[in-house]
Amino acid sequence: MSSKLIRGCVYLSAAVTFASLLFILLYIFINGLPHLNSDILSWKFTTDNQSLIPSLITTFIVLGLTLLIATPIGVFTGFYLVEYAKRGNKVVEVIRMATDTLAAIPSIVYGLFGMLFFVTFLGFQYSVAAGVLTSVIMVLPLIIRSTEEALMAVNDSLREASFGLGAGKLRTIFRVVLPVAMPGILSGVILASGRVIGETAALMYTLGTSSNLPSGLFSSGRTLALHMYVLSNEGIHVNESFATGVVLIIFVLIVNGLSTFLSNKLAKGTK
Amino acid sequence: MSKISIKDMNLWYGDFQALHGVSLEIPQNEITAFIGPSGCGKSTLIKSLNRMNDLVEGCRIEGDILLDGKDIYKSNTNVNTLRKDVGMVFQQPNPFPMSIYNNIAYGPRTHGVKDKKELDEIVEKSLRDAAIWDEVKDDLNKNALSISGGQQQRICIARALAVQPEVLLMDEPTSALDPISTAKIEELVTELKEKYTIVMVTHNMQQASRVSDHTAFFFNGYIIESGDTRKMFTNPKKKQTEDYISGRFG
Repeated sequence: MSSKLIRGCVYLSAAVTFASLLFILLYIFINGLPHLNSDILSWKFTTDNQSLIPSLITTFIVLGLTLLIATPIGVFTGFYLVEYAKRGNKVVEVIRMATDTLAAIPSIVYGLFGMLFFVTFLGFQYSVAAGVLTSVIMVLPLIIRSTEEALMAVNDSLREASFGLGAGKLRTIFRVVLPVAMPGILSGVILASGRVIGETAALMYTLGTSSNLPSGLFSSGRTLALHMYVLSNEGIHVNESFATGVVLIIFVLIVNGLSTFLSNKLAKGTK
Repeated sequence: MSKISIKDMNLWYGDFQALHGVSLEIPQNEITAFIGPSGCGKSTLIKSLNRMNDLVEGCRIEGDILLDGKDIYKSNTNVNTLRKDVGMVFQQPNPFPMSIYNNIAYGPRTHGVKDKKELDEIVEKSLRDAAIWDEVKDDLNKNALSISGGQQQRICIARALAVQPEVLLMDEPTSALDPISTAKIEELVTELKEKYTIVMVTHNMQQASRVSDHTAFFFNGYIIESGDTRKMFTNPKKKQTEDYISGRFG
């Protein structure tokens, strides 16, 4: 009897999860697809056509620059924490606490910090630079944490084997540890990408909401998610907002698919 | 002739003293076995011989360990060169998650061998010396983790041989293997002593008596007795040794 009940609950939960996901997808596609016309995909944003192309390109720019800065810093910090720092070191404890705390902070707090520090104090204005630096701070804990976990999951016997053959620390890390930890590190970077793509609150006050393509590092723009937020916030372009949602979802699906493909490919070489 | 001399050595992990006044001569081109119950210090001593203990935090050593008359704990010792000369095979087979070829070539590449032809030769020779060439010669590009545990351990031995060490340390190399693989490795070890000085930690008394020329019996961080294996197993001088090898404790 009770096993039947549990089985029922399991099936029900799975069905609810799947159904709600399907419902959201369908809802956005049904409302958005009909409005995904040439106006919305035209090169320039004007009052007549709420084009999302500038936002799409800005999303690529912000995402690319953020990862370019955050990935090396995050990955090397992870390496320091696991491979170099002595166990029980006070600095390590402080860095860990800081990353854990940062990871739990709501993104609007990052947005306010970015506005006060980058936009106002450093005088960046609403700009790509301010937006990117704010996103970097936001995703660093994710990358550090996942790198740390991926490295700690690498069996110590492999490190011993490498040292036992007379290899130094650097060679051990790059030739033996890194390839094994790669899929885990990559999944952290993907998680970070997802966070940047979906971010609105932290970018609103740093990147700004200019509808045109930014002309340089110190000019404002908007990412797809921001674009969607602004359109629906204004209340008169809800249809275009849904169409943007469709593009955003397709974008996320492509990023996810690509990363799964990549990490499978990497993992194949090591397993 | 002694390849390694250990003189009055003490070792601490933090506050815990793991080895007390250990002295031992390890003769060249012979097999020396370390036996004794768990936690008696035999693995600790073998790991001191190529300074793998350096990786353990809070490990402190007093006394001398001489390799060919030179103190390996001197401050100007190059640890990487030492570990090239004193190779190690571990308890659990630990091949790298890469092809068999790259596993063997890892050591030589570390020490600067780049020429493809030279690497090919080293790989073949090492695999032949480790008596596994015939089993894997057609699968050199196969991942080393896809072969059996016994084969993996021989790959690890070949990997250690590829950097042309003078001494081979083996820390319970057969404890994770089945009897057939164990027999193969024991046979291999007796062949290898022609070229290498071998030190082997074992839990298995039969193994020590079958394979080794010299035996050191450890208990609670002290070497209780050491000497010729056959003499020690037929006519131990100390009561504790007799009790241990006759299976009364341990």
